[in-house]
Amino acid sequence: MNTLLQQAPSWGTTLWFIVAAVLLLAVVLGFVTYAIYFERKVIGWMQLRIGPNRVGPLGLLQTVADVAKLLLKEDIRPQHADKALFTLAPILAYAPAFAVLAVMPFSDSIRFADLGIGLLYYIALSGITVLGVITAGWASNNKYSLIGGLRSAAQMISYEVPLVMSVVGIVLLTGSMNLKDIVEAQRDVWNIVPQFIGFAVFIIAAQAELNRTPFDLPEAESELVGGYHVEYSGFRFAMFMLAEYVYMFGMGALITILFFGGWLPIHPSLDFIPGIVWFILKFSIYVFLQFWIRATMPRLRVDQLMSFAWKVLLPVALFNILLTAVVVSYQNGMF
Amino acid sequence: MNHNILTTHVDTSSETGLRTEEMLLNVGPQHPSTHGVFRLVVKIDGETIKEAIPVMGYLHRGTEKLAENLTYTQIIPYTDRMDYVSAMTNNYVLCHAVETMMGLEIPERAQFLRLIAMELNRVASHLVWWGTFLLDIGAMGPFLYAFRDRETILDLFNELCGARMTFNYMRVGGVKWDAPPGWIDKAKEFVQYMKKELNNYHQLVTGNEIFINRLIGIGKFDTKTALDYSLSGVMLRSTGVKWDLRKDEPYCIYDRFEFDVPTATEGDCMARYHLRMAEIEQSLRILEQALEQFPSEGEVMGKVPRVIRPPAGETYVRIESPRGEIGCYIASQGKDKPWRLKFRRPSFTNLQILPKLLQGENLSNMVAILGSIDIVLGEVDC
Repeated sequence: MNTLLQQAPSWGTTLWFIVAAVLLLAVVLGFVTYAIYFERKVIGWMQLRIGPNRVGPLGLLQTVADVAKLLLKEDIRPQHADKALFTLAPILAYAPAFAVLAVMPFSDSIRFADLGIGLLYYIALSGITVLGVITAGWASNNKYSLIGGLRSAAQMISYEVPLVMSVVGIVLLTGSMNLKDIVEAQRDVWNIVPQFIGFAVFIIAAQAELNRTPFDLPEAESELVGGYHVEYSGFRFAMFMLAEYVYMFGMGALITILFFGGWLPIHPSLDFIPGIVWFILKFSIYVFLQFWIRATMPRLRVDQLMSFAWKVLLPVALFNILLTAVVVSYQNGMF
Repeated sequence: MNHNILTTHVDTSSETGLRTEEMLLNVGPQHPSTHGVFRLVVKIDGETIKEAIPVMGYLHRGTEKLAENLTYTQIIPYTDRMDYVSAMTNNYVLCHAVETMMGLEIPERAQFLRLIAMELNRVASHLVWWGTFLLDIGAMGPFLYAFRDRETILDLFNELCGARMTFNYMRVGGVKWDAPPGWIDKAKEFVQYMKKELNNYHQLVTGNEIFINRLIGIGKFDTKTALDYSLSGVMLRSTGVKWDLRKDEPYCIYDRFEFDVPTATEGDCMARYHLRMAEIEQSLRILEQALEQFPSEGEVMGKVPRVIRPPAGETYVRIESPRGEIGCYIASQGKDKPWRLKFRRPSFTNLQILPKLLQGENLSNMVAILGSIDIVLGEVDC
């Protein structure tokens, strides 16, 4: 892919790009389809239920049926909603979710753009989604969705700060923001060991970024009925759902890359197993963790949520930066 | 409905010139956390509740008026539909009132069956509360665990009286059905199982940091307020008043068993959570003793005249339901139908404090506070 990027643009290379992008899209959609199925199954088992088992063998086609249902539904727009914004919001939420995947190195060879500032690109783009969420909350002209949208905005902006701060340590250690370099730098030891504090902050902040339990306040169904997407139905709703799960895919991939050594095997002797297998394995563990937490945890309150981000996570993340900086300068012989 | 709430306050900040406005938010009657068809109109400033007005009556069926045209036995199924989560206590309070008026003697075995049914129902009711309360707080799992265990109780009831929720089990003078063979053993088994399971509940939820932070200091009130609002049950005991009718005015055969009345002094949602959990434990304790002492044979129906005609006069009895003090007032003119019948429903009375508790609270606390009151809408609206 990288050699393609260096070549002069031609019809051939353009075609390749389109094919690769469609391929990635298919993989991600496949992931989303079965992540939802898997989530429902896993949570079902944890909660003494069976989960979907009717559509297709073992219920494997359940999500397909659900998506088909959403697509076939009438497109409803509330009468007093802001037409333009109401239509724009799902796209705003959804487009960046896909765009961030461009920089993910899934293995040694499977990757798309090899950006020097890959990490920054991810963080910058994922920040756009919150616009979609606020827009949706505002444009729906519904009080519940307005509260949900504003909560969401406050939450995502607050947690983005510790999220970014927690990865600074890794950038300091690696000396690069290129995701491939970050993985390569973990040949000896995965970042989770030297950057454990950063990891702890990151995984909590990521949970809040993803709006998942225990930080699922924006869509707290017991308080706000449905949150920012309460007025959305049919395909527009599907876009929000899709964005949510694609972000989970993105965040899982990012955590694997940043802290678990990406496609690197647990031990060099296990090198014969292809990198992508390792990647998927680590990634799946994270995704499973998500489901597990969802089945177990209650929800935070909105004021606790904010004070936790600013009073606990941020200082810890800053401390981590300081600690890493001191250690790195010591190793470089500055003291 | 108080119409003052409909005027919202508009303010313009003198410093920034920003215009702020209070917002009216209608919660319910179709809302996942109002536990039925309960409606709240809240005036919010940001996410802070300025004022809340509960609107009830969506489930009003006029039980008390209907009762005036029904014979006493015919009223019993109507009581099932009041507090449908704990119908056995409702059955009992009506029968108890009529029996008090007529001075009836209840056979031993029937007394035991009544007590066992009521206590099992208390456990079931608290399980429903535990599950739905956690669901309000945002945890989905506990709901299903609680309902699994409640299911066992419902199965037991099903065997006992052929119904899972609307039992229509008790009669004036005794109970309708005797326990089928092996039922007592099954109940014993359940009590032992539930004791262990309760431990798991505590491990899953009680120590959870998020959960504790959500509840401590929320929905707080003191003893005086509780008494002023005529609160009863856990709502009252959470402020330190040791008042449990099973102990203080023993009815049925509660005076024969050993159990404690758990109290707390904090008066907040956390205290109420702990009390209800402790009550499950105490109920299991009573059940254990009662099942052990259960008489091996005997009648389940006392000597009751074919047509029940309480003597003219009035009577009021009260018992301890899982939600508080449930009372039944009967005014009789010596006929087979009551001249006037009135239920004191604990859910309804306990709910009155809600607007006071909600004032100044965060919107997220609303569901926690409402959940901790533990209302059943069938009983609120009656």
